[in-house]
Amino acid sequence: MISALIARDLRRGFTGATWLPIAFFLLVVALMPFAIGPDPRLLGRIGPGVLWIAALTAALLPVERLIEPDRADGVLDQLALQGLANESIGFAKIFAHWLTFGPLLLVAAIPGAALLAMDGRALIATEIALAIGTPGLAALAVAIAAVTSGLPRAGSLAGLLLLPLAVPLLIFGAANALPLEAAVSLVLTAGAPFVTAAAIRASRT
Amino acid sequence: MLRFEGATLRRGGRLLFQGLDLELGPGELLQVTGPNGSGKSSLLRLAAGLLSADRGLVERSGAALADDHAALDRELPLGRALQFWNRNIDKSLDALGLAPLAGVPVRLLSSGQLKRATLARVAASGAPLWLLDEPLNGLDADGAGRLPRVIDAHLAAGGAVVAASHQLLAGKWRMLELGQGETA
Repeated sequence: MISALIARDLRRGFTGATWLPIAFFLLVVALMPFAIGPDPRLLGRIGPGVLWIAALTAALLPVERLIEPDRADGVLDQLALQGLANESIGFAKIFAHWLTFGPLLLVAAIPGAALLAMDGRALIATEIALAIGTPGLAALAVAIAAVTSGLPRAGSLAGLLLLPLAVPLLIFGAANALPLEAAVSLVLTAGAPFVTAAAIRASRT
Repeated sequence: MLRFEGATLRRGGRLLFQGLDLELGPGELLQVTGPNGSGKSSLLRLAAGLLSADRGLVERSGAALADDHAALDRELPLGRALQFWNRNIDKSLDALGLAPLAGVPVRLLSSGQLKRATLARVAASGAPLWLLDEPLNGLDADGAGRLPRVIDAHLAAGGAVVAASHQLLAGKWRMLELGQGETA
């Protein structure tokens, strides 16, 4: 059942709205030269930070479709009736969400780096940091999606919750402090299935 | 199949029922009746294990639940959406008269057709205990005529059904009326 759920979420992701966060990511990056000015030295220096901020804002976009549609349509209830633990649902959702979000973001970071006149070394360093950080970011997005599902204005609330919680990832990722970033990402990824499960349980009425 | 022992359920500060004893064996039918808000749906969700009793004990064998939520992917054709839950759907599609609709996307189905699809999901589940919440809602005469036949086939296979409805269902149903007890 858990592999069927992952396969289903992947299918829904890739046939649906998964391209939107990536387009949004590139759009935010493309705005920077307009806002800061076309000086390549300046853009190159702030480039990694800009990619991180664009990644965080892009991570917000899919939050509303991660858990809420399945809760409202009874899919979460039926999965529980099939004997799937809420924690397993959380894990499957996180895994599938990362697969539709992380790799595409890493690919999109390449044209993003070009728009910011970043050199190859800075790009590779940022790619590695993003690769380590995106599982944590995806896990956080799913957990926040579960916590806010069913609430009015869940989208704005999710933003207020997710961005502060993602700050440690941002600090260590943008500073390229990889062991610390990996630790934060690991804590988020390991904890999120349990937070997601608790939120799913609490939202059942 | 299903056993309640002194089950007490409270929702939103309201006592729905307390000390409820209930036992359902293979081949048995139980209809839960009562006014709106008396806790029929909550009783089914408690039986399904989606809610937990405030006090008392609830035991069940594998259960399938049909409520207002179809839990079928809207963008998929009906057949494929049902197959996410169970591989063998042909018999239940036929039994509920849905076979011609197997290729139609779920989002295009009417509410009555969606209700039939929800019942087909339960019928295909292979679970011994069926929990049906207002199974007649939205069904036309043909659908309402098919439901007892589907239920009979399930009973013949050793299954049991609990249905919540304020309309009388065809067949030999034991009745449980909620909303009689004191409120606290």
